[in-house]
Amino acid sequence: MDIHALQQIVHKTRDDRRKQTIPKFSPADRDQLIHKYHPDFRSSAYRPIRFGPNEGDKTVVELATLLEGDSSIQDNTDLAPHYSCDVLVIGGGGAGCAAALHAHGSGANTILATKLRLGDSNSVMAQGGMQISVAPEDSPVTHFIDTLKGGHMQNDHALLKVMVEDGPSIAKWLLELGVLFDRQADGNLHVKKGGGSSKPRLLTCSDYTGLEIMRVLKDEVINQKIQLLEFAAAIELLSDDNGACSGAIFKDLDNQRTVVVAAKSVILATGGIGRLHIQGFPTSNHYGATGDGLCLAYRMGAKLAHIDTFQYHPSGAVYPEQLIGALVTEGIRSEGGQLVNAKGERFVNELDTRDVVSSSIIRECEEGRGIRTMSGRVGVWLDTPLLDAEHGPGTVEKHFPAMMLQFERFGIDISKDPVLIYPTLHYQNGGVKIDTNSETNVKNLFVAGEASGGLHGRNRLMGNSLLDLMVFGKRSGLTAAGRAASMKQGTLTLKHLQKFRAVAKKHGSPSGVISPMILPAYTRKVG
Amino acid sequence: MAKETTDNQNVIDQPEVLKPRMVTIEIAGKKVEVPEGITVIKAMWYAGQEVVRGVGCLGGFCGACATYYRTKDDPKVRTCLACQTAVQDGMSFTMMPPFPARKATYDIQKLQDPKQDLFSLYPEAPLCRNCNACTEACPQQIDVREGVWKAVFGDFKSVSEMFMDCVMCGMCTPVCIADIAPNLVALYVSRAQGAHFTEKPKGLDTRIKEIQDGRFNDEWKRILKMNEKELADHCAMVK
Repeated sequence: MDIHALQQIVHKTRDDRRKQTIPKFSPADRDQLIHKYHPDFRSSAYRPIRFGPNEGDKTVVELATLLEGDSSIQDNTDLAPHYSCDVLVIGGGGAGCAAALHAHGSGANTILATKLRLGDSNSVMAQGGMQISVAPEDSPVTHFIDTLKGGHMQNDHALLKVMVEDGPSIAKWLLELGVLFDRQADGNLHVKKGGGSSKPRLLTCSDYTGLEIMRVLKDEVINQKIQLLEFAAAIELLSDDNGACSGAIFKDLDNQRTVVVAAKSVILATGGIGRLHIQGFPTSNHYGATGDGLCLAYRMGAKLAHIDTFQYHPSGAVYPEQLIGALVTEGIRSEGGQLVNAKGERFVNELDTRDVVSSSIIRECEEGRGIRTMSGRVGVWLDTPLLDAEHGPGTVEKHFPAMMLQFERFGIDISKDPVLIYPTLHYQNGGVKIDTNSETNVKNLFVAGEASGGLHGRNRLMGNSLLDLMVFGKRSGLTAAGRAASMKQGTLTLKHLQKFRAVAKKHGSPSGVISPMILPAYTRKVG
Repeated sequence: MAKETTDNQNVIDQPEVLKPRMVTIEIAGKKVEVPEGITVIKAMWYAGQEVVRGVGCLGGFCGACATYYRTKDDPKVRTCLACQTAVQDGMSFTMMPPFPARKATYDIQKLQDPKQDLFSLYPEAPLCRNCNACTEACPQQIDVREGVWKAVFGDFKSVSEMFMDCVMCGMCTPVCIADIAPNLVALYVSRAQGAHFTEKPKGLDTRIKEIQDGRFNDEWKRILKMNEKELADHCAMVK
């Protein structure tokens, strides 16, 4: 059938659905649903990691292979540094920019290196907003509780407490830099309610929250004249004689040369793993999201946390083909957008946590109540016109200009027609284990943002990512900078790599895989 | 991935999706055959090109993939984001190289008179000759020319609203005959609007003070000493 014919059921059932309330799942039902349908529980996609700090822990095959991978650096590489600094930040997204700005602001000689351009990241795409408890009826404690529930009670309490408590001062810092958060009529910050949250807590810049924050932070990094190394991909870390981190080796992607940077501390802000397309999922992630920081830190001996759990954002586009995997922001569901199956029925409380909503979409599709595109993908409807029906004509256009434009380019008006969606690989819930200063178990090696683990438990709550980036970017930057004055630059060695190679050898046949991946292999082999 | 649906009633079978037709396009002057309807960036990968510069978020937000293109027999050269545009037969495109626009540097918080400072930071801003090329070049459909004029006339608020969609692709810059970089002007103006001409939210300061004064300490103490079960029960009560 024509897509418009299939959409009719959504239009026809809209009025009846509007009156309907769907309760959230009880804890027992929710666990049962997730265990049956969430991709994290597809055991055939997992295997134990054979060696290293997380030996025996299970993760997805794609990641396990990279973690066990070998370095492209030879033992006899010349380690004479091309650059030296107090703080080396690797990654140019939200966490990297926040770390570099705070390190630089406290007087540290700072370098920010990134494998694409400054700002190329997932942060720039964050649309839903940033959770900070600024409303009078809300509190950091409530934010803590909501996040804990979302994370299946597995969150690191200490990390979570500092995140929710640092939140308001982060909002103030961003406002002072000129970030234009949406306001109420009285001048206070406007807050929206996000999935899995008991109180409205999302600060937004229409549906461009990440873009607006990143425009400002990038501009500020340039204004502060922080030294940049762009198109420089980190391929190995450096260790001193005691195993502490002392710098990193990069590959300049423009000329393939090796660049050695000596640093008193290194902050990895390298983001997530969406471009590994684990379990064959499309992804909402940016081009460079290949988990490089995880591989680098792991070879250095840093322990990973919750590395078996990933977030599949409920609403990735399935149609048109050009937008497959692209996100349809959660904000649409926050404002009342309903999920509807092929029979015109709702099947989940749309504001339940992401893992629950994703699992129930997968259930609908696996049980034959999905809509199939001819490329073989299946999805359910997200009733976007409902927002105009509910809040008045023009609501979708006014509140979601980015979404409108994205679909308009392919001739689809989402304020008139529903959108076909299916979960898309969105976020790495776990990562390198850190303490409240964002430091790992390897001295002078910090990890901030999506590459870190523990804070979000087994499922990140919507809107907590942008805050995570800012809070732990700041903490890592301040701690690393604070240390610089009273310490000497460590020696530059590859001892950690030699050790890792010895362990790998003991565990038998090497796979031949070199990590980190740097960029996904999308180029078709021609001829 | 999901298994097949059993109900064949619910299948979208529009022919262009059913079997992609091959089309001939030109990438930087070279003819290649690619499946119709894939994005410009995917067409480059399909043609065997390694792309490092020119790809970023792949979601239409980062502005890395600014591209010039022309459709069959149409002399008009248009602009697009390569990750957000589908190829069609006879299309010809090339990516925009990094353009050496001048960005002014400033300490946003220390500006004394941001509306006047615009003219020292970007003295070329008032020299707009109204050709409208910037507006035509904007893939985000921003009325760039109007924005530049509003900036010059001090209407910073309107500029900040108009440029909220700006992905900083910079395609407005090479076309400007007055050498203005409108996206950079707008970025300055938007930041100044936020930092200097927007009301300070009182509720935020109140909350920061509450945290500093330890208003939530008792609640924290109570929660953090709970055992796993008590905490789970407490969480279940918060709706």
